[in-house]
Amino acid sequence: MQLALRNITKRFGALVANDHISLTVEPGEVHCLLGENGAGKSTLMNVLYGLYQADEGEIVLDGEVQSFAGPGDAIASGIGMVHQHFMLVPVFTVAENVVLGNEQTGFAGKLDLEAAREKVREISARFGFHVDPDAVVEDLPVGVQQRVEIIKALSRDAKVLVFDEPTAVLTPQETDELMGIMRQLKSSGVGIVFITHKLREVREVADRITVIRLGKVVGEAEPTASNTELASLMVGRAVELTVQKDAPTLGDDALVVSDLVVRDDTGLAHVNGMTFTVRAGEVLCVAGVQGNGQTELTEALMGLQEHVAGSITLDGKELVGRNVRQVLDSGVGFVPEDRQVDGLVSSFTIAENLMLDRSFSGPFVSAGTVRRADLDAFAQAKLEEYDVRAPGITTQAGNLSGGNQQKVVVARELSKDLRLLVAAQPTRGVDVGSIEFIHKQIIATRDAGVPVVVVSTELDEVVALADRIMVVYRGQIVGIVPADTPRDVLGLMMTGERPAGVA
Amino acid sequence: MSTTAPASAPVASPDRVEIVPRKVPVILTVITVALALAVALGAQDGDTTFRLATGKDLFQLPDVVVPAELTAWIGIVVMALVSVDSWRRQLTGHRTPMWETALYAVVGLLAFLAWAAADGTIPMVGLLSGSLALAVPLVFGALGGVLGERAGVVNIAIEGQLLFGAFAAAIVGSLAAPPLVSALGESAGDFTGAIVASAGAAFAGMLVAVLLAVFAVRYFVEQVIVGVVLNVLVIGVTSFMFSQVLAPNAATLNSPPRFRAIDIPILGDIPLIGPVLFRQTLLVYALYVAVALVTFALWRTRWGLRLRAVGEHPKAADTVGIKVNRTRFRTVLLAGAIAGLGGASYTLVAVSQFNREMTGGAGYIALAAVIFGKWDPIRATLAALLFGFASQLQGTLSVIGSPVPSQFMLMLPYVVTLFAVAGLVGHSRPPAASGQPYKLG
Repeated sequence: MQLALRNITKRFGALVANDHISLTVEPGEVHCLLGENGAGKSTLMNVLYGLYQADEGEIVLDGEVQSFAGPGDAIASGIGMVHQHFMLVPVFTVAENVVLGNEQTGFAGKLDLEAAREKVREISARFGFHVDPDAVVEDLPVGVQQRVEIIKALSRDAKVLVFDEPTAVLTPQETDELMGIMRQLKSSGVGIVFITHKLREVREVADRITVIRLGKVVGEAEPTASNTELASLMVGRAVELTVQKDAPTLGDDALVVSDLVVRDDTGLAHVNGMTFTVRAGEVLCVAGVQGNGQTELTEALMGLQEHVAGSITLDGKELVGRNVRQVLDSGVGFVPEDRQVDGLVSSFTIAENLMLDRSFSGPFVSAGTVRRADLDAFAQAKLEEYDVRAPGITTQAGNLSGGNQQKVVVARELSKDLRLLVAAQPTRGVDVGSIEFIHKQIIATRDAGVPVVVVSTELDEVVALADRIMVVYRGQIVGIVPADTPRDVLGLMMTGERPAGVA
Repeated sequence: MSTTAPASAPVASPDRVEIVPRKVPVILTVITVALALAVALGAQDGDTTFRLATGKDLFQLPDVVVPAELTAWIGIVVMALVSVDSWRRQLTGHRTPMWETALYAVVGLLAFLAWAAADGTIPMVGLLSGSLALAVPLVFGALGGVLGERAGVVNIAIEGQLLFGAFAAAIVGSLAAPPLVSALGESAGDFTGAIVASAGAAFAGMLVAVLLAVFAVRYFVEQVIVGVVLNVLVIGVTSFMFSQVLAPNAATLNSPPRFRAIDIPILGDIPLIGPVLFRQTLLVYALYVAVALVTFALWRTRWGLRLRAVGEHPKAADTVGIKVNRTRFRTVLLAGAIAGLGGASYTLVAVSQFNREMTGGAGYIALAAVIFGKWDPIRATLAALLFGFASQLQGTLSVIGSPVPSQFMLMLPYVVTLFAVAGLVGHSRPPAASGQPYKLG
């Protein structure tokens, strides 16, 4: 089935998310849609899938103009989607998820789950998926959940499959397997739309590449194009993909973590006996697939976790058992992994957000009142220093783009007397230009002699920033290795395998 | 650092240590001590008789006669042993098993009854069948609550639906019964009149649900607020109508027919079980059917799968073509009808008359049963029965004349609710999207 989008335009108020976008996907072709976060890729796919209605333009399948009132119509016409955030009900079984919305029933509307299981088995066998139809989805690893999404689409006879940022949550190995699955699907005649902002993957699997920037198609590229070409097309200017940094000037041991165990309320250990040291002037990157204890580790460092055993010392002072304010007062800066939830108050202004961690006393508060003039001067200076693109310091944080929000967080955390910087996913959902800037700031902090812990699930970022890399898996340290460790070794370690020779 | 082929050395998986809350042993200990104090301070002489039989059983079970004081102390000793064991388990990181809690509850209850009813007779059949009758509105309300929350809408308006159901049943029954009686004769007319009145109750519950659905589903208003406001609204409307219309015209508008108990042959004659379960009114039999139907539909049918999907992950449901808000709207209406039917039991069974605020917060107890029952129809029903039992126990004991002050006994159902919801629920997980409006974009 040939899919063609013609002049699709979608507006949200004054914002034009998609501006006359056209593209075609032939059967048995992988068409990559490349663009930064916020470029309008997901909006376009939601239009295709019937979740949004286009303001202009049409969707054409095999020459026939379609009108989708909802996802049901799109599915019925043979469009399948593997969503970035899986559209699976966590407490349902695989079989229940696969048939949801497409159920076969027997007497009195009774579900025919046996038929559903059979369908799951049949499709798994065809592609070698090994998925148990009776497993509960929330118990499955992310990679397997993604296969359930694929099975779900295929069970509805999808002829065109849309993969929306499918590799964001996968290990490098799982990503390789996904690429294999895509090739297999392609050879069975399915047309594939592959949405991503990761250049490496694009070049590996794409037959055609369309680049989108700010809601417009800015060009097409061949899979043979270089990373730099693709990146500059995506961002609209030349970008440095790697940070310039010198060898670190190492000081004394600053952050010493020993036998750290962090449990949740149910008693499950998310961090299970971690011991490591970060020296002053060094960046330690914590690499690993999301959900292997990184969140709990950073929160334990900040005093945000309840059941913590072991010891964390910073410059010889014990941090375990202190509350968050005491930890902050001892000079810890923290860039949380979800800026919208933990980093900013979106209904506050930029200026107010910049003083959030210093609301008790300090330069901006005296006798219980906020010293507006000092705060405004400070905020104005930071706005310029950190190149936050905003109308002014009274702009609400929620109205900024992801990259600018993150710059506000970074500005706040770096603007105090730092003894330690903990940055979790510092560039997640941030545009390439801002990534460059934030990376430079982190390296500058290191060069000022501050120990830095960076948690990232992106290998590119880990390799760019790290002086040493600590790979974690299921709450334990697989190994701490030098920054020049080959990617395939790191990828393997992220699955819990400890290569020979790694301590 | 070598880059040779990696030697396989998988890291061990994370272990789990039980973090056992202290509340179960604490609650058990507190209750044991309280009972021991009560028995020690208010010594009761004489024997207690548990009557298990009624007049027309297949065969007669004998009365059980026990010495009050001794039985109470034996029970307290058993309770103390269970409490100690619960502490021992807690300190070694284990949970108190269900059978131990159940044993504790049964023994504690019998000990309490033996002590409280010394020198008297406890009609067990009356106690249990009365519990069931009192639990009828709670069970219907809880079913409505389970359905609503499973679809993602918190139905705080159960209270209003019960009350409006009771109100409508009284009026509809009063209006429908006279012509039906003159057409069909006394008993058949009353019976059909009561059925018509029940339908009216269900419709009234649905009316309240329409308001809830319009505001909560269509206009995304905070569901808890809408529910509470609706409850207040229904209290206001029915109280006003009662004093202005129903009270002056009690004979024509507020004298609905009653459901009479129907004995089911053979089943109704089984000793103890028969009179409790099978000599009840049509509403109770409707209840059995409703519980079975809702359970089957929720877990085994396409309708139920979609409903639960909408309550767990509405966006996922939307992406497979299920109309989220339409599903929610319809489910809320159905839930309202079920809860409204429960309201009929106030005006068509025990007293055939509507009174202002006669549900007295039963809707909130039903809501507690939903949570205590972990959003499962069967468990919620059991929870509602427990609350019904607590109410009936209070009534029975105040008739026998127990040494516990009646004010304390009146608190019993609510204390049970509080303990059940706060203390003993344990790990439960509500439907993930319960209470969250669904809108795109």
